[in-house]
Amino acid sequence: MIPSKFNYIKASSVSEAVNLLDEHGFDAKILSGGHSLIPAMKLRLNRPEVVIDIGGIPGLDVITEEGDAVVIGANCTHQQILNSQVIYKNVNILKQTAATIGDVQVRNKGTIGGSLAHADPSADYPATVLACDATIIVAGKNGSRNIAATDFFQGIFTTALEDDEIITAVRFPKIAHGNYHKFYQSASRFAVVGVAVVFDGSGVKVGITGVADTPYRATKVEEAYNGDSSAAEHAVDGVEVMSDHFADVEYRSHLAKVFVKKGLEA
Amino acid sequence: MEKFIGKSVKRREDARFLKGAGKYTDDIKLPKMTQSAFVRSPYAHAKILSVDISEAEKAEGVVAVFTAQDGCGEYGVPCGWQVDFKNGETMREPQHPLLAKEKIRHLGEAVAIVIAESLELARDAAELVEVEYEELPAVTDPKKAMEEGAPLVHDQWPDNAAFDWCIGNDRADVEAALATAHHVTEVEYHNQRLAPNAMEPRSYIADYDVNADKWTLYTSTQNPHLIRLLLCAFALGIPEHKVRVVSYDVGGGFGSKIYHYTEEALLTWASKEIGRPIKWTSDRSEAFLTDAHGRDHVVHSRMGFDKDGKIVAHLTDEFCGLGAYLSTFAPAVPTYLHGTLFQGVYTTPLIHLNVTAPFTHTVAVDAYRGAGRPEATYLLERIISKGAQEMNMDPTEIRLKNFIPPFDGVEQPGYQTQVALQYDSGNYHGVLKRGLEMLGYEDFRKEQKEARENGRLLGVGFSTYIEGCGIAPSAVVGALGARAGLYEVGQVRVQPTGKVSVYTGAHSHGQGHETVFAQFVADKLGIPMDDVEIEHGDTEQVAFGMGTYGSRSLAVGGSAIVKSIEKILEKGAKIAAHKLEAAEGDLEYAEGKWTVKGTDKSVSFGDVSLTAYVPHDYPEGLEPGLDFSSFYDPTNFTYPFGTHIAVVEVDPDTGKVDLKRFVACDDVGNVMNPMIVDGQIQGGVAQGVGQALLEEVVYDEGGQMITGSYMDYAMPRADDLPMIETDRTVTPCPHNPLGVKGAGEAGAIGSTPAVVNAVVDALAHLGVTDLQMPLTPQRVWKAMQN
Repeated sequence: MIPSKFNYIKASSVSEAVNLLDEHGFDAKILSGGHSLIPAMKLRLNRPEVVIDIGGIPGLDVITEEGDAVVIGANCTHQQILNSQVIYKNVNILKQTAATIGDVQVRNKGTIGGSLAHADPSADYPATVLACDATIIVAGKNGSRNIAATDFFQGIFTTALEDDEIITAVRFPKIAHGNYHKFYQSASRFAVVGVAVVFDGSGVKVGITGVADTPYRATKVEEAYNGDSSAAEHAVDGVEVMSDHFADVEYRSHLAKVFVKKGLEA
Repeated sequence: MEKFIGKSVKRREDARFLKGAGKYTDDIKLPKMTQSAFVRSPYAHAKILSVDISEAEKAEGVVAVFTAQDGCGEYGVPCGWQVDFKNGETMREPQHPLLAKEKIRHLGEAVAIVIAESLELARDAAELVEVEYEELPAVTDPKKAMEEGAPLVHDQWPDNAAFDWCIGNDRADVEAALATAHHVTEVEYHNQRLAPNAMEPRSYIADYDVNADKWTLYTSTQNPHLIRLLLCAFALGIPEHKVRVVSYDVGGGFGSKIYHYTEEALLTWASKEIGRPIKWTSDRSEAFLTDAHGRDHVVHSRMGFDKDGKIVAHLTDEFCGLGAYLSTFAPAVPTYLHGTLFQGVYTTPLIHLNVTAPFTHTVAVDAYRGAGRPEATYLLERIISKGAQEMNMDPTEIRLKNFIPPFDGVEQPGYQTQVALQYDSGNYHGVLKRGLEMLGYEDFRKEQKEARENGRLLGVGFSTYIEGCGIAPSAVVGALGARAGLYEVGQVRVQPTGKVSVYTGAHSHGQGHETVFAQFVADKLGIPMDDVEIEHGDTEQVAFGMGTYGSRSLAVGGSAIVKSIEKILEKGAKIAAHKLEAAEGDLEYAEGKWTVKGTDKSVSFGDVSLTAYVPHDYPEGLEPGLDFSSFYDPTNFTYPFGTHIAVVEVDPDTGKVDLKRFVACDDVGNVMNPMIVDGQIQGGVAQGVGQALLEEVVYDEGGQMITGSYMDYAMPRADDLPMIETDRTVTPCPHNPLGVKGAGEAGAIGSTPAVVNAVVDALAHLGVTDLQMPLTPQRVWKAMQN
């Protein structure tokens, strides 16, 4: 449990972090809360030569209300999200999501930006950012840009981030009615299935994590939704469902339907 | 004088543990100490084509790199138990080399050790060792290992069997009784492989002192003297009187730290080669790969009943995996610690168990909390509950019909089983009755019925277990293949000031010996607990010892101390008689003083102690000093028993099991410290529940471990468990002086089948009769669909 040798650089600003990332390219990794990167480094599965710590960058750990949206700095911890009154009042589904992540120690260190950038297919936030139609705000050497949640996740541990880009914030529209339900993997407590449901007028938006190698919007459910939970049947329509030691395709598909149903009925 | 036996005295050792001030092996830093890292095989079965250490040797900070070519420990680490084949053929006992030479036989087997100035440099250099392998097909399942054409673990033998074995009545008689039985219940399952997961990983420091020509091995072991014996007499062939083995605080063992591991011997050897101390501490990944695992029995069993539900016969065939090499106790676990419990608490007249024990391409399987008895208990308690289900009987009714009647082992003789052992004392009805009261059984069945009508799946499961511990009578285990005696040593040294130092060969790694032993020593001597100190874990302090496992510390180690206390009091009485100018026979000892009966003339323990060491006015011919050591060899095992009851609710949508209540009424004989016994039972139950619901080591077909970290190996956590409700009955052990039976493993032995029986009960109306452990939500949900 000892990482390979690496250089550690503490960035003091977003532009410094981006420049360092640009300079070191593939040899560099961004460190935020460290709850995905550090275990991988300890197992030497990941051997960056340079670790750029963005943990101390001022302004990345604030949650602000901006009109009809809430903007959450990338370095906000899960616990900060869980404790935030702004989130509780305006995007309660995100609070529900954060509450299911890890344990107190993990929630005190892990960050929303780190989790999204890591893009673990069983992480919790992806379901919720998808269902909320959140926007991932990123910065690169050519400045800042916004990525729609639906464009962000591209595969297992793969996102729309360019090599020189870091996440700086996530913008959530205010969500009045939504909920997150999760079936926990018994060892890791990651999501075997995590389902975020947002009610939007007469329609519904459903984000699902843990089921496919990329989190997805259950558009077939959304299309079939007519006010009751029967649309849950379509939770995995057209989806290549993952299989592992804890849940094979049949069981995971079943769970996805059960948890979409829970979400639609909540 | 305050008495301590039977009181929940708070643990003395906790002050240092809670402050983070425990002294674990990894905390020790010696001058000039080096660090080490192992190069381990990424394959389960492979030929080693070449090992190139040249780059590693040149790396920064590297002190030495050793491979099997360097002649380390040509004997390998030994096995401590011999179980021969039924046909008389000697047990197949492969050499277990300290470093693999030509072949790899399990994932994680060490090929080289890199010793460097720091752990970081050792790890870095270990990556520079180039090993060329030729991967070979592997077999990890014990039943498949015995199939025709299975890959061989050891090429010198025609198949993978290490031995086969049977116990009980003649097989033909058992078969005949089954053939005519009113009803036969059958089970087939895999009692799955578990990883012990002590919180402290294994850690060793070997320190060879060239000037004194002596070795010191600091090791996280449950039995320092046994390690010294195995290291000196077998693994390295070095002189035992020049080796000191020290085991200070140890953070849990559960069996996995009994064994003499290759790393211990290799570090000891290498320390002399380099003339410096070497430390190695396992990381968690290495622990999963290299700590001896538990269980791994593939079971097929049939139990026959008459029309009233009385058991008429029980026949079982098992394949029990041993892993690639024979670990220290491995052959005993699926045989003498297992088959001898097949009587359970029932009057079954005909029993036969047949065991085939193959090698597999996995790390060794050895004793893990309960060691053979949880596997026996799981089978008995599952099959009898399944029999009740099939015969439409209540699971408590069928047990009551088959219970051995109460016997105290004093007025009524011990119970002779069909499987070699004689139980000491028991009252199996008593624990069931109390357990049912604690549960409120009738109310529960009403609640269950209502719940079912509302679509809720509630179930209750029972386990009325017995186990055999307090191991063990040396002559008995010797006849059964043990290569060691299983007595214990206790020395009581009264210091001149009347303070008492107790040296025990038992070892505490969570059990609380420093508190419990002091409790009974203080009471027996009539002195304050503060005047008693318990010392253990250092071969240069403690004369000898066999260590702690098999719930033996108090029953065997405690008894050795009691013997020494008796000698102290006997000699003390001679000194007291001299001081009081009275006859020894006129004295009585109580409250820390000898008194001339019927007078107020007395002399205190402290005065007698001082006189023993300042013998100016002293009995003629009596040696000075007050210091006795005793070996205690028990006359029998002890047999704790109990009733464990689980209440579960199954989520009909997901199959997830919610353990709602767990009731444990145990009888562990006399209780010295109820708080510690409760803690032992609760911790054991948590591990038993872990096996029932969560834990499993999974190897894939090629021998890769799928569950090699806590991301995939599910340990029970606080929120997986309800408050475990405990109570006790007390049936003293008739054959040891404290009347104690042992409580260290009972929780893990009794609990597992109760949970599984409860889940089956919850789903019984859906036609579910069997479930494979661990009862993952997926498995339970699938069972509900069929």
